[in-house]
Amino acid sequence: MDQFILQILNGLDKGSAYALIALGLTLIFGTLGVVNFAHGALFMLGAFCAVTVSKLLSLSHKVVDDTRTDFLGNPMQVDVPYLHDWFGAATGDTIIDWAVPISIIFAIPVMVCIGFIMERGLIKHFYKRPHADQILVTFGLAIVIQEVIKYYYGANPIPTPAPSAFKGSFDFGVLIGFDVNAIIYPYWRLVYFFFSLVVIGAVFAFLQFTTFGMVVRAGMADRETVGLLGIDIDKRFTVMFGIAAAVAGLAGVMYVPINPPNYHMGMDFLVLSFVVVVVGGMGSLPGAVAAGFLLGILESFASTSWAVSNLPGINQVIIYLVAIIILLTRPRGLMGRKGVMEE
Amino acid sequence: MLGLEKKDFRLLLVVIGLTLFAPIILNPFPAGSEMAQFNAGYPDLMQRFVIFGIFAIGFNILFGLTGYLSFGHAAFLGVGSYSAVWMFKLLSMNVLPAIILSVIIAGLFSLLIGFISLRRSGIYFSILTLAFAQMSFALAYSVLTPITGGETGLQLALDDPRILGASQTASGNIPVPSLFGLEMRASYEMAVGAWSFTFNAGYYLAAIILVLAFYLAIRIFRSPFGMMLRAIKSNQTRMSYTGLNARPYTLAAFVISGMYAGLAGGLMASMDPLAGAERMQWTASGEVVLMTILGGAGTLIGPVLGAGMIKYFENIFSKINSQVLHEWFGFLPDGLEDFVVTLIYPFVGKGWHLTLGIVFMLVVIFLPGGLVQGGQKILATLRRKKTDDANPGATKPAE
Amino acid sequence: MGILEVKGINKRFGGLQALGDVNLSVEENTVHAIIGPNGAGKSTLLNVLVGKLIPDSGSVMFDGQSVLGRKPHEINQMGISRVFQTPEIFTDLTVFENVMIPCFAKRDGAFRMHAIESIVSEKGIRAQAEEMLADVNMLEKRDMLTSSLSRGDKRRLEMAMCLVQDPKLLLLDEPTAGMARADTENTINLLKEIRTKRGITMAIIEHDMNVVFSLAERITVLAQGTPLVEDIPENIKGHPKVREAYLGEAQV
Repeated sequence: MDQFILQILNGLDKGSAYALIALGLTLIFGTLGVVNFAHGALFMLGAFCAVTVSKLLSLSHKVVDDTRTDFLGNPMQVDVPYLHDWFGAATGDTIIDWAVPISIIFAIPVMVCIGFIMERGLIKHFYKRPHADQILVTFGLAIVIQEVIKYYYGANPIPTPAPSAFKGSFDFGVLIGFDVNAIIYPYWRLVYFFFSLVVIGAVFAFLQFTTFGMVVRAGMADRETVGLLGIDIDKRFTVMFGIAAAVAGLAGVMYVPINPPNYHMGMDFLVLSFVVVVVGGMGSLPGAVAAGFLLGILESFASTSWAVSNLPGINQVIIYLVAIIILLTRPRGLMGRKGVMEE
Repeated sequence: MLGLEKKDFRLLLVVIGLTLFAPIILNPFPAGSEMAQFNAGYPDLMQRFVIFGIFAIGFNILFGLTGYLSFGHAAFLGVGSYSAVWMFKLLSMNVLPAIILSVIIAGLFSLLIGFISLRRSGIYFSILTLAFAQMSFALAYSVLTPITGGETGLQLALDDPRILGASQTASGNIPVPSLFGLEMRASYEMAVGAWSFTFNAGYYLAAIILVLAFYLAIRIFRSPFGMMLRAIKSNQTRMSYTGLNARPYTLAAFVISGMYAGLAGGLMASMDPLAGAERMQWTASGEVVLMTILGGAGTLIGPVLGAGMIKYFENIFSKINSQVLHEWFGFLPDGLEDFVVTLIYPFVGKGWHLTLGIVFMLVVIFLPGGLVQGGQKILATLRRKKTDDANPGATKPAE
Repeated sequence: MGILEVKGINKRFGGLQALGDVNLSVEENTVHAIIGPNGAGKSTLLNVLVGKLIPDSGSVMFDGQSVLGRKPHEINQMGISRVFQTPEIFTDLTVFENVMIPCFAKRDGAFRMHAIESIVSEKGIRAQAEEMLADVNMLEKRDMLTSSLSRGDKRRLEMAMCLVQDPKLLLLDEPTAGMARADTENTINLLKEIRTKRGITMAIIEHDMNVVFSLAERITVLAQGTPLVEDIPENIKGHPKVREAYLGEAQV
């Protein structure tokens, strides 16, 4: 039983990432009818927003420290972050420590802007082109973004830690009556899970309770009619693209402490996120979220030693296997609508 | 000629000429000169040109004709490589049975995957092929290690049986792949003045196969079958109301292109007898997509050119480092030189992927017919200019 | 016994009875029109005939064989060709290729690998396609891409693609819908010409009375999913039930 709960928990953080990326992908599918292969790159850009902010915050200058000497006996030069000068050492350190959550503030406008530029500059011209062309051009864009990041940040993963308050693990088992250390779960992963719930909730609330969201939902259902009503749906779709980009970016920002980001992490997640979208049903937002968590948890169960010893290799292929079975038996996915992407 | 129209036959002759004289054409710089590092006429790279050319020709039969975008074709190439290496291990080092087996196995494998994937179309088809290929990759990397060699890849060993050949040579080495005794690595060096050219047996075998594969592709493009495939791309509704069953046609195209990929994989193993799982990864599938689109999907020669271009970028263009750039732009005033070099540097050398990505995007946006279409457009403009010059005012309608 | 026998077809979509007990018999060598106001179930009936929809009950026999449960391409192979509301042709292919494809389908069936043979050497097919194009006055446009054809020419081409298969029954789905007056006249003339030259059995689903009365030899009036009357055109014109059906629509 404790193992069971542990596996569910283990699946949650990956599942959250899948759900967030798939949510953004589906927003773009559903509203713009565009297959965006560059969405993984947006996730990656978000992660590098966090890296950048953390680098900026720890920018420092050299100060000669008279109390210490280096191994040659000269007075030692130490790096002092500018933040120490501005806010004092204690506050400065706290700010640096909280770099990852702070980068959220920075990442949202940046990602929305990137989303706007992408949609206005490129995607807009591909609404009427075949899906294959959309896939190809966004695939090309993903390569370009990836290479730019590689040029500036190098090819190696860049470790960026979570705030020290969230280091260590949380004994979840004790809380619900199991032995000590039966169910151990790192704090940050818990944070990531709740963070993703908040983001997902915010997106749904936005779509559900604002006029803007209502029009977008109507546009997802029937674009032409909404266009006929004299509503400028295109402008709203641009905004939706920005939101989708921000969602992917936020998923990336907070994922940084779980996995040090490198330039190709986007591609790695993209393939799986597409599978998630297909399983959930193209164009279905709840489907994308549900399938994201479901597949994350399934993957975690498939990685247990019991599963691997009985079905060797199952942990590697489970997601693809599920996708293939779903696609063949329920072509529209778990919650897909009729006629989405079916020529 | 050979059942081809005049235009196609001329194209075939061009391809034959290019492949035949590639060792000379690709080595324009004298050996020992500073530019010699940009010579592409060495066997290893030339082999890759033609092998990926074959791969792209096959991919184009599927994507270029039917419009079904597969993101999993590298799996068939990988399977082909594994089959060939197993043939080297078990039967003999003769490349012929190895290549034949790799085509057959890749054909069977693509029949299975195509049969399932083609039940859906559009984006769903792309995702299905992607999922199958990633699954094959993951399995080859982990569980199937006894067959695939896992992370280290499948290699030849001294104690392989090789029932029709020898486990090891007289000197105790692993034998090398050969065609009835002609070793694939055998090369003949020819020096002409300051230039030196290498003629390699393996390259010429691959080149002959490329020419055959290209010839077959022309025949398919010009056949009723090829026309049906284009009809599928154009309008599936009309297709079925015309009494034609689209599924077997697309499946046949899928299997043919899978066999081309297997052939490429088998050849790759014949040139260098090892096979690794990374050949099956989806990025490898993405590469053949890039090649085909870049050159021109649906055109005959496009995919070959695209394959050549990407491999040239990867191996030659990537050698341009900042030192080379400084030499090239040395004639400029110092400040300007640094400026230009800084400007260009991210796009060359190790940044070749960036240039590739940008060129690819430009092609998708502006030239759906790829570089071949671009070339045709330029030619057409030039020709029009010529006729305009010859009789000015001819294009103006009389009022 | 007609070539097409529809017996007791019912089809419901949720709570809506789209077709209720439809009986219809299309005699060989006639032009049979099915008319009716909007929402009368004409399109549903057509989709049942071509295998796109499966009815809840009833039977559709064509030439002595049931068509129910067969795929569109199988039904075409039985000898039913279909003309669409908006012409469905192969864009990006030439006019000539468009006409050759149905010839291959007729000769070789639903699937056959001719991967090595050249199209150029298919003399019989080419002659057949050329003859057909000459018949519809499109021979000089044979090497044009169909995307550059005018709307009228597209309709003509689609007709040629159906006729070249020498179908036992030609189904026309509102062939003049959305056409300008002149185009409509042209289409009517083309159909008349086909009728007199080839004597093909046709079933036309149509909204436009003018088209129906200039072509049809028998008319079935459909209203609210059931056939109201079936008779020759002269008797349909003044039929009180028909007026009621159409006037009723006009009043709403």
